[in-house]
Amino acid sequence: MPAAHCSDMTLRSPPIEHETKATDFGGWEMPVEFDSIRAEHEAVRERVGKFDVSHMGQITVSGSDAQRLMQRLTTNDVTALDPGEAQYAGITDEDGILLDDTVVYHLPESEGEYLFIPNAGHDEQMLDRWNRYREEWGLDATVTNRTTEYGMIAVQGPDAPNLLGDQTDVSLNKLGNFEVRTGMVAGADCLIARTGYTGEKGFEVLCPWDTTQQVWDALDCQPCGLGARDTLRLEMGFLLSGEEFHPEENPRNPYEAGIGFVVKLDTEFVGRDALEGVEAEGPEEKLVGIILRDRGIPRSGYTITSPDGEELGTMTSGTMSPTLGEPIGLAYLPVEYVGDKHPVRVVIRDEPKKAHTRTTPFLS
Amino acid sequence: MSFDVPPDCRYQESHEWARQENGTVRLGITDFAQDELGDVVFVEVPGQGESIEQGEEFGVIESIKAVSDLYAPISGTIVSTNEELIDVPELVNEDPYGDGWMLEVEPADESELDALLSPEEYENQIA
Repeated sequence: MPAAHCSDMTLRSPPIEHETKATDFGGWEMPVEFDSIRAEHEAVRERVGKFDVSHMGQITVSGSDAQRLMQRLTTNDVTALDPGEAQYAGITDEDGILLDDTVVYHLPESEGEYLFIPNAGHDEQMLDRWNRYREEWGLDATVTNRTTEYGMIAVQGPDAPNLLGDQTDVSLNKLGNFEVRTGMVAGADCLIARTGYTGEKGFEVLCPWDTTQQVWDALDCQPCGLGARDTLRLEMGFLLSGEEFHPEENPRNPYEAGIGFVVKLDTEFVGRDALEGVEAEGPEEKLVGIILRDRGIPRSGYTITSPDGEELGTMTSGTMSPTLGEPIGLAYLPVEYVGDKHPVRVVIRDEPKKAHTRTTPFLS
Repeated sequence: MSFDVPPDCRYQESHEWARQENGTVRLGITDFAQDELGDVVFVEVPGQGESIEQGEEFGVIESIKAVSDLYAPISGTIVSTNEELIDVPELVNEDPYGDGWMLEVEPADESELDALLSPEEYENQIA
């Protein structure tokens, strides 16, 4: 049986007090589950749940060259964003390898001020990266790490508009996908974005750090931990930084990772030239969905082989899908395995188990 | 949080229980263990007629979030396995000492049970 995770003085604590099991995630002590992963997962799919995602980074970029700096360090087209709009993007190195994935916000009621959300534990690294390039390119921009100035709460599920709507003056039904507004939530001055990581309708609320607890308490719904966050994103085939890509342990470009749609080769950014080559030739491997047919659970690190035992790749994530009741996962495989129903084997404790490929999202 | 530790079982430090029934011994994992694991989704144990050895791995249990080995609290030959767990593994969460049992064993040596923790000792371990 696993030992209980113990706390560590060096871990960063979120602004909300949680009385439940916590784990080290990106240097933050974050709750894994409140009730059960299944119950939390089902609440989000059928009703609504709230997640403390204060471990996510927040970096703001302002100044006359803010847009140019953002454009040149992220793969998507930042110039397409009006104030109050957001986009998903990759952050790549010179070789086109993903360092992180992020959401870039053009802040509402601002002229060219941006906020982006690096993954847990990446905020310092991204701050340094932004400042290094700003200096190298001689741009006028101020880059500020606000990770401990903002708490962040995700409210996700079909009832999220009603639940959050009762606590805010913002007309949520006018807030489109990937749009962001400022507004009051439970008495706190917040940013509300129609974004999420679950595949459900939902919002992410950025609150001033000291108000995060009051916003959390006002949202009367199922609290959810990192466990359900992972099963929910896996059913959608969404990437987890550090698992589906990691610059040292699993270097992948956006085309391999299946997020070529956020690479805008007609813009100028670090990694563009390398990615142009990848796009022209096509990647040799791609991230594909796996469904296990035999009994068992596919998990990160397990080997995938062909039916006759030829090694093809490695699982990056896997779980029992609470919604489908089927064991699912993600793996990088040669591109000829992209699509549905290609038979493969997942090697679980030295036993090859029958599986096949599946186009993601797993949930239709 | 307090966990159920029935007085009619003996316990292994690795959180398996064993209970004498009419000449055989039933075993499974404890209430504490099922709570640590969370939602159990898969249990893999050897079949009838195979033997297990005290302190050795005999199977695997998986929850949504983790994989754990199972260690035999007693040596013996398996006389039956809990077929229900194939389709309803969550019985381990719902009733770890009852419907969530895993194996029934013909013990090689019942005195092996004396080497296990008493309910009081196990309660102290998880306290």
